Amino acid sequence: MAESDRKEKSSKPPLGKERSARYEKFRPRRYRSRMPIFWWISKRAYVHFIVRELTSLFVAGYALFMVYQLYVIRQGAEAYESLLAALNTPLSITLHSICFLVLIFHSITWFNLAPTAMTLKVGGKRIPGSLIIIVNFLMWIVLSIAIGWLILSA
Amino acid sequence: MADTLGINCYEPENEKTMSQSKNNDPFWWTLFGAGGTISAFFLPIHIALTGIAIPLGLFEMPGFDGLLELVRHPLSRIYLFAVISLSLFHWAHRFRYTLYDGLQLKHLEQLIVVFCYGGATVGTAMSAYVILSL
Repeated sequence: MAESDRKEKSSKPPLGKERSARYEKFRPRRYRSRMPIFWWISKRAYVHFIVRELTSLFVAGYALFMVYQLYVIRQGAEAYESLLAALNTPLSITLHSICFLVLIFHSITWFNLAPTAMTLKVGGKRIPGSLIIIVNFLMWIVLSIAIGWLILSA
Repeated sequence: MADTLGINCYEPENEKTMSQSKNNDPFWWTLFGAGGTISAFFLPIHIALTGIAIPLGLFEMPGFDGLLELVRHPLSRIYLFAVISLSLFHWAHRFRYTLYDGLQLKHLEQLIVVFCYGGATVGTAMSAYVILSL
């Protein structure tokens, strides 16, 4: 990539209106500056953006952990009991708490973005974004209670 | 403005410039969107209960037999499969663009695409196998 950039920069502008095919091939369409890896660390809004994007790692990580939990349940009561014992350790509770906070961050940023991702119209009028956000948060509470009740009463 | 200057920059304050505006693949974006929504609604309660509240003794963990009966219910299987697989594809798509933009790894595009969507596909297949054989 860096090599091709150098090539682009070194090609000279043509003389006259007719440009050679070779020139067109390497003509720089636009200048691209190389960004450092930690470009986002300088500003709070950028850090917020990167953290929001990185929540996806925790989403996938917990999805895989759910597969593991189901795999343990499939193995029988004994394996299940030892998983419960493993969950009941300070390390596990700490890791789950961190993961929980990250997932809450994901949920909040996701619901706040919902109106930008979709516009709902009723009778030709656009529903205000704040209403969509509020409905999302209410649904989140209701669904959480429903799922929690289902699990605890199993 | 940024485009005419040719600077590949992001404006996180303007939330519209998140991954969706940068890709033109509606299929992956649909999975990303569905996965983001379903994980935002359902993952926190699972982790709060099984990882925090029950170990801390705030609630009692359901017995094994009851739990097995619950996860074997057809609706539970559909629910679990949807939550797990869509969460994985949500990760695949978002992480792909995080690597592009955050770590400036656009030149590794093919490798990243295979790793992300391939990983999510493998995870989905694994979850399907476990859920069907419960």
